[in-house]
Amino acid sequence: MRRGRWSAVADWLQRHLASRPAAGRRRGAAIALWAALAVLMLLALLRLRNIGGALSEFGTYLGYKFIRRALVVGVLVSLCASLLGVTLVLKRYSMIGDGLSHVGFGALTVAMSLGFVTAEGLPAFLPEGIRGGIAGLCGAISADPLPFTLVVVVLCAFLLLRISERSRMRGDSAIALISTSALAVGVIVTSMTSGMNVDVYNYMFGSILAMSASDVWLSAVLSAVVLVLFVLFYPRIFAVTFDEPFARATGVSAGRYNLLIALLTALTVVVGMRMMGTLLISSLIIFPALSSMRLFSRFLTVTVSSAVISVACFVAGMVLSCVYSLPTGACIVAVNLLVFVVFSAIGAARA
Amino acid sequence: MALIAMKDVTIAFEGVVAVDRVSFEIDPGDYLVIVGENGSGKSTLMRAMLGLVRPRSGKISYGDGLVKNRIGYLPQQTAAQRDFPASVEEVVLSGCVNRMGRRFFYNRADRRKAEANMALLDISALRRKSYRNLSGGQQQRALLARALCATDALLLLDEPVTGLDPVAAKEFYDVIRDLNQRHGVAVVMVSHDLSGAMRDAGKVLQMDRGMDFFGSVPDFEARLAERAVERRG
Repeated sequence: MRRGRWSAVADWLQRHLASRPAAGRRRGAAIALWAALAVLMLLALLRLRNIGGALSEFGTYLGYKFIRRALVVGVLVSLCASLLGVTLVLKRYSMIGDGLSHVGFGALTVAMSLGFVTAEGLPAFLPEGIRGGIAGLCGAISADPLPFTLVVVVLCAFLLLRISERSRMRGDSAIALISTSALAVGVIVTSMTSGMNVDVYNYMFGSILAMSASDVWLSAVLSAVVLVLFVLFYPRIFAVTFDEPFARATGVSAGRYNLLIALLTALTVVVGMRMMGTLLISSLIIFPALSSMRLFSRFLTVTVSSAVISVACFVAGMVLSCVYSLPTGACIVAVNLLVFVVFSAIGAARA
Repeated sequence: MALIAMKDVTIAFEGVVAVDRVSFEIDPGDYLVIVGENGSGKSTLMRAMLGLVRPRSGKISYGDGLVKNRIGYLPQQTAAQRDFPASVEEVVLSGCVNRMGRRFFYNRADRRKAEANMALLDISALRRKSYRNLSGGQQQRALLARALCATDALLLLDEPVTGLDPVAAKEFYDVIRDLNQRHGVAVVMVSHDLSGAMRDAGKVLQMDRGMDFFGSVPDFEARLAERAVERRG
């Protein structure tokens, strides 16, 4: 009874204190702010050069094989990241991509530094054959660090999920813990071996030159897997995202879907991080979903629009980066930010 | 044959007993309210009925055509849900996941079921509306329609009127009574709101780790009055 009376009082207060004019002013201010930001960013963009010229210039860039590769891999990775991003953002797991990319950085640098291991440098009590084997393995890993990185990041995704499900530590603390530790290991190993060189710099901020033919295949397979699984399990993914306890109670094995999403995220992050950079790859996961949620209010439309926004922003960012020789990853994030601001303005105006 | 029979069910977390040797049955058409203070184990008991926590000892059996995954559950809302971008139709339809079996997508029967439950709860007009723009009472109706998609026999409601204003709470109780009396759905409700919840209920279970009381509403009220007299005297 007591509670009933109090909530009636609260209702009355809300009706009379938060009167409409104040709400209207706040809305107007929000629209003005977002719109001003959008106009400023558009002006900055146009200030660079005329767009027609930029596009024709990009046409000549398309003649280069590495640009075409980067375009294919990027489009596919953006597509995967945006689909996974919708459920990650809604499940309050936005930072998992960031955490995993730091792990990826640590693993890459460790893999690279394994190239410095020689058979003579290993402890003498080991037999000659084993020393040779270890040195050979290390050499192979440092020559092609991708499989090693993939395994480490997938294991960490698994670990993160286990920690946040089974222990008292919250998910975000677990992510912060693992990502900073991995970064620390990476930095220490780097300074002990090669030092901060161009390779390490490229891992952090991304490089468009990093994509090889095997990356194209890997990303094609990955995106096919993500697309097929996402479409087939769409109703169940919605159920688990919207309400995990309900989904579990009705017999959906939510744990398995969480694991699947984490594994696919790990793969997406590893494939995309060398182009986007460790520090920026998580933006591919969160930005499209957040922008879509500003405008759309159905799960299906949010999902479809995230995919479209993500691919469009990637292409636009890549054109910018080629034409004005700016870092690719940063350009893509900037375009995503612009879309977010524009969508926020429209969303505020419509509300 | 009971829908759910609990026999000497004990649940413990990290060595601490949360529910201690509880035995009772829920029959078709029952309306049971579970009351108790915070930490008395009432929500844990409900999660055990749903198969979300495993009892340390004792037995939970399902009967009378009820399958474990065919229970309609109305969980407490989370903060993440309140601004979730989904239409009412999408939310209600997601109650049909337990009918899909090996299928990947919803079929026509699922959609018809969702349609019927939206009509039953008077939210058909809101079907294209976004869940996050609904009032608290409308959100609860949408979640209730989803729960009805998952079951024909038994609804488990966890603190369903928390956060609703008095008018919406009364409407919600009326909807539940209607489902129980006219459609024969058995209802189990965990609640803090003693007076409201007991108005339409048939049985009461008071939890205090163990079973403090299990019986009809008049008996429970008589016991409450007795205790009040004792305290005063």
